[in-house]
Amino acid sequence: MTRMTMIEALRDAMDVKLNDDPKVLVFGEDVGYFGGVFRCTAGLQAKYGEERVFDTPINESAIVGMAVGMAAQGMRPCVEMQFADYVYPAYDQITQEAARLRHRSNEMFTCPLVIRMPTGGGIFGGQTHSQSPEALFTHVAGLKVVMPSTPYDAKGLLIAAIEDPDPVIFFEPKRLYNGPFYGDHSGKSVGWAQHPAGEVPEGHYTVEIGKADIRRAGSDVTILAYGTMVYIAEAAVEKCGIDTEIIDLRSLLPLDLETIKASVEKTGRCVMIHEATRTSGFGAELIAEVQEACFWHLKSPIQRVAGWDAPYPHATEWDYFPGPERVIRALQKTMED
Amino acid sequence: MTEKLKLTFPHPPARPQDKPDFSSIVTPPAGALGVPPPDLRAEESQDYANGLIRVLDNAGEAVGPWADYVAGMDRNALLLGLRDMLKMRAVDKRLLNAQRQGKTSFYLQCTGEEAIGCGFQRQLEKGDMNFPTYRQQTLLIAADYPLKDLMGQIYSNECDPLEGRQLPIMHSSRDYGFFSISGNLGTQYIQAVGWAMANALSGDGKIAAGWIGDGATASNDFHSALLSASVYRPPVILNIVNNQWAISTYTGVATGGSRTYAARARGYGIPALRVDGNDYLAVTAVSKWAIDRARKGFGPVAIEWFTYRVAAHSTSDDPSAYRPKDEARAWPLGDPVERLKQHLILRGDWSEERHTQAEAELLDEVTAVQKEVETHGTFVNPKPISPATIFKGVYAEMPEHLHRQRQEMGY
Repeated sequence: MTRMTMIEALRDAMDVKLNDDPKVLVFGEDVGYFGGVFRCTAGLQAKYGEERVFDTPINESAIVGMAVGMAAQGMRPCVEMQFADYVYPAYDQITQEAARLRHRSNEMFTCPLVIRMPTGGGIFGGQTHSQSPEALFTHVAGLKVVMPSTPYDAKGLLIAAIEDPDPVIFFEPKRLYNGPFYGDHSGKSVGWAQHPAGEVPEGHYTVEIGKADIRRAGSDVTILAYGTMVYIAEAAVEKCGIDTEIIDLRSLLPLDLETIKASVEKTGRCVMIHEATRTSGFGAELIAEVQEACFWHLKSPIQRVAGWDAPYPHATEWDYFPGPERVIRALQKTMED
Repeated sequence: MTEKLKLTFPHPPARPQDKPDFSSIVTPPAGALGVPPPDLRAEESQDYANGLIRVLDNAGEAVGPWADYVAGMDRNALLLGLRDMLKMRAVDKRLLNAQRQGKTSFYLQCTGEEAIGCGFQRQLEKGDMNFPTYRQQTLLIAADYPLKDLMGQIYSNECDPLEGRQLPIMHSSRDYGFFSISGNLGTQYIQAVGWAMANALSGDGKIAAGWIGDGATASNDFHSALLSASVYRPPVILNIVNNQWAISTYTGVATGGSRTYAARARGYGIPALRVDGNDYLAVTAVSKWAIDRARKGFGPVAIEWFTYRVAAHSTSDDPSAYRPKDEARAWPLGDPVERLKQHLILRGDWSEERHTQAEAELLDEVTAVQKEVETHGTFVNPKPISPATIFKGVYAEMPEHLHRQRQEMGY
């Protein structure tokens, strides 16, 4: 099997779909000739032509608005927001148009559309290149929201998203584009070529939207994580030695409550971690679901590790980013109680 | 001390206590502007964007090059146009009345603007798609959309194709070329551009038409649409219905320093025309020209339809609070129904008697359908739609959490 970076895996997913479905279109800012600022679409315009893969004006509302019109006619647009931090001008089109078109038209018009966007921090991007706005989308009925943490899942989920009959918000943890990140920003980075999760099959396969992945089996605590935080969790668990089950949610909406429930019922302890700001973050929803489903199995209060409720900083990024040390503290706390 | 700099706050020419005043509106004579070639470029469209294309003169005569352009239209086509507008007026009248009686929660008329949608729609082909605002029910009427479906939507009863999901007037019909109305202003203008891009990419020979009001030209997506249409040049017609009022806000608050809305489109590199929207022949002629141009692959075109919103914004609005009560009567471009009627009488194809008779017949036809639809339930006498529809179609396949919530609701 070939090893790929997450960037290559995403590109491969678009390549597979551009090749087998003439209705698939890929566009966004710098996406066409240049191939995207993170190179996710590099070479696709040359291969499929500019009617299939093209550059757009710097207008996110236009990108998504055009895609809604195309999708309603039966096209399968897969568009890129250059950074999740830039999605806000398109929020109206996503939440009030794409998300509701099927329902409000009683299924006369539908919106099979994928909106890809690099998310999260850890790249010294400051407040406009580091945000994790997933909760703004999980709150919207009619959307699906996914976030892979491996090249394998990135390709399989993106193909599944492009084939999905409904709009999918596809978050790409940009800190994982080139390799896993265990929270040590000063240490030597490991590429996906050196990691087994970098193994990506050729051709078509899908990872089902709505299914979590148990990344590490354990008996004492359940960690709920997604994106970059899956590796932060792994680093924390390795360091502190608490026998922890790590669940990579992969899909936030719909949520694989069954897998979460089975794990928490087994461990009786739960720590939820995400990069996004804490208050009204997706973690709040997760914790509410867990306590409702597993209250009588819980041995201690559910812990939450999240970004501080402040704008994402530049120079003090590593004091802001919820690293392994904070996760360890949460694990220890849940074990003490 | 320096003098304080002054800002501008545009005001309408008349408020409720004033006499209507349209003296600032220039109405060039009918027939003054020619028919441009189909490949008209933005920079060549200045006279069309700043002028006003008119066909019917004050006497009701069709004059000038645009009259010649549609000279092939037979009397039946014009009588059909008149019939569409009368039918629209009858539907508006009956449904406004229904709202006053509490039979529906909300209604919104298009009085004075009937020629625009009725005339435009008759020039489209099956498979073309409108992205309408909520004041383009004319497009449905002239597409011969079944009145039962139209009224079912207003009453949110079992005749409603949308099963009560949408506010009355937010229709949706793929088969009749009427895209699902969002109710958010402006958002669908850019979607029309995307739809037209898909038409071009798939080579199906169809086109799209975006619709927006003068007030909503201020919204982001007006500019997104003009720019994107200018960049990719898909077969889209970008219609701007300038009816002078955005609820209570005078059109000047949206035009700012721009001379016309059509002129604004030119700035984006899109050829634009400004048309007397109360002149059914002008509407027909320019629609035919624009649709033909789009279908031939000459790219987008913008049309400002100059008209006047005679009725209130909606049944929740009272225009006497912000404009003179008799302003509509003073509108210098008259009434679209009266003008077409006058023209047909002048041609010897119509008479006052036949007109009165046609009005009565259409009102009867509309009333009969209305009575039948009302037997399926009204706002005051509802026959409830199953609450399970709340969860139907949120997604193609119902996810687990919605199953649980539907169960919790008891369905």
